[in-house]
Amino acid sequence: MGEIDFLGATMLQLLGGVPLTVGLTLGSVAAGAVLALLLALLRANSRPGALFVSAYVFVFRGTPLLLQIFFIYYGTGQFAFVRASILWPALREPWCCALLALALNDAAYASEILRGGFAAVPRGAVEAGRAAGMSRLLLLRRIVLPLAIRQALPAYGNELIAMVKSTSLASLITLMEVTGIAYAIISQTYRAIEVFLCAGVIYLALNFALTRAVAALETRLGPA
Amino acid sequence: MNSPFVLLGFGPNGWGASLVAGAAMTLAVSAAAYIVGLALGGLAAWARIAGPPPARRAVGLYTTVFRGIPELLVIYLVYFGGSEALTALGHLFGGSGFIGLDGFLAGTLAVGLVAGAYQTEALRGGFLAIPRGEIEAARAVGMNRLLLLRRVIAPRALRFALPGMGNVWQQVLKESALISVTGLSELMRAVNVASDSTRLPFDFGIAGFFLYLVLTSLSGGVFRTAERSLARHERAS
Repeated sequence: MGEIDFLGATMLQLLGGVPLTVGLTLGSVAAGAVLALLLALLRANSRPGALFVSAYVFVFRGTPLLLQIFFIYYGTGQFAFVRASILWPALREPWCCALLALALNDAAYASEILRGGFAAVPRGAVEAGRAAGMSRLLLLRRIVLPLAIRQALPAYGNELIAMVKSTSLASLITLMEVTGIAYAIISQTYRAIEVFLCAGVIYLALNFALTRAVAALETRLGPA
Repeated sequence: MNSPFVLLGFGPNGWGASLVAGAAMTLAVSAAAYIVGLALGGLAAWARIAGPPPARRAVGLYTTVFRGIPELLVIYLVYFGGSEALTALGHLFGGSGFIGLDGFLAGTLAVGLVAGAYQTEALRGGFLAIPRGEIEAARAVGMNRLLLLRRVIAPRALRFALPGMGNVWQQVLKESALISVTGLSELMRAVNVASDSTRLPFDFGIAGFFLYLVLTSLSGGVFRTAERSLARHERAS
């Protein structure tokens, strides 16, 4: 097969993995964001909660994501009671395990980013909201969250890119996203450089689109 | 069934020795990759700050590409691409058959290549954080370029870059787990082998978490000590 033909065929095959890569990213980032918000609120509001959150962040940021994925996929199946539980159909699926591990991992990083955002909210803004008679929830919704999110957005953009890259580890528990397909093609053809080039272009395009979207959101939300 | 003490111990039925050896290998391959990354990052940051425009563009391309592509893919590129190149080179010298690249070497190069891209940004940030007045003052008292670099730029840039450099180290340590795909028996692979042989992936997963946390927190402490020591002349803020 000619060089150009090979590149074209490889590109087409790899593009078939894009929906899975994007799906894993969006799913885990959405779940991770909700979890991160809960963790950040827990940390800010109770002493034992803060202790739990810092332990959670310590473990998930201090160990490799690959170990976390393997632990959820293989480790949980060791026990008969897990295999008998209603959770087993989900924990048996590599897709669910990858999503769960990615979301838990993302939540640890994102909650720290959000904490930085909370810390940057000016006290005067909160006091003004209270003086105007806002309830805690309204204060959070109208004052604290918009300011904190705007402040945290640049760091969160980096975390999103890290998540796109992290979805590649799902290929090690049999999911055929872009990196999984790339590995399969390399082991069939032994043309690592060409395959890397094609897969690299796909990841760079995804990350470029993401960077632009975050930048557009930053402009929309106004200066930090 | 064996108790955890036997399983994780150092006896004939224990996996303790192989896990500790794995942790040592993780530390060794991470250190090697970090040194490669530091050398690459230092050169690239220098080219980015003081090089001609084409060199700056090349560095920009390098950091964009290797910070935007999954590490696993880079490991595949270096491991399989390197073996491909070695085999071709072997044929050139009349050899036949397949020559594989060593997992340690491939992992070091791949992780080092990625770390270098992040290190470039950390070092450049450190340089840019030096107050211009300090460099001007050094020039005004007549320091030549080398003395300026040794006495002012290097120590001050290091002081500002150190937190970022510590982050790169943590990242390298965790990414080294991906080198297990080459078959190198570092900690992740030791955990997998023990899990498969004993069918106790939960127990050995926990042991893996524990050992990685020991590695990341101990080495994090080293970086924090270094930061304090470099900042010791500064006013407390």
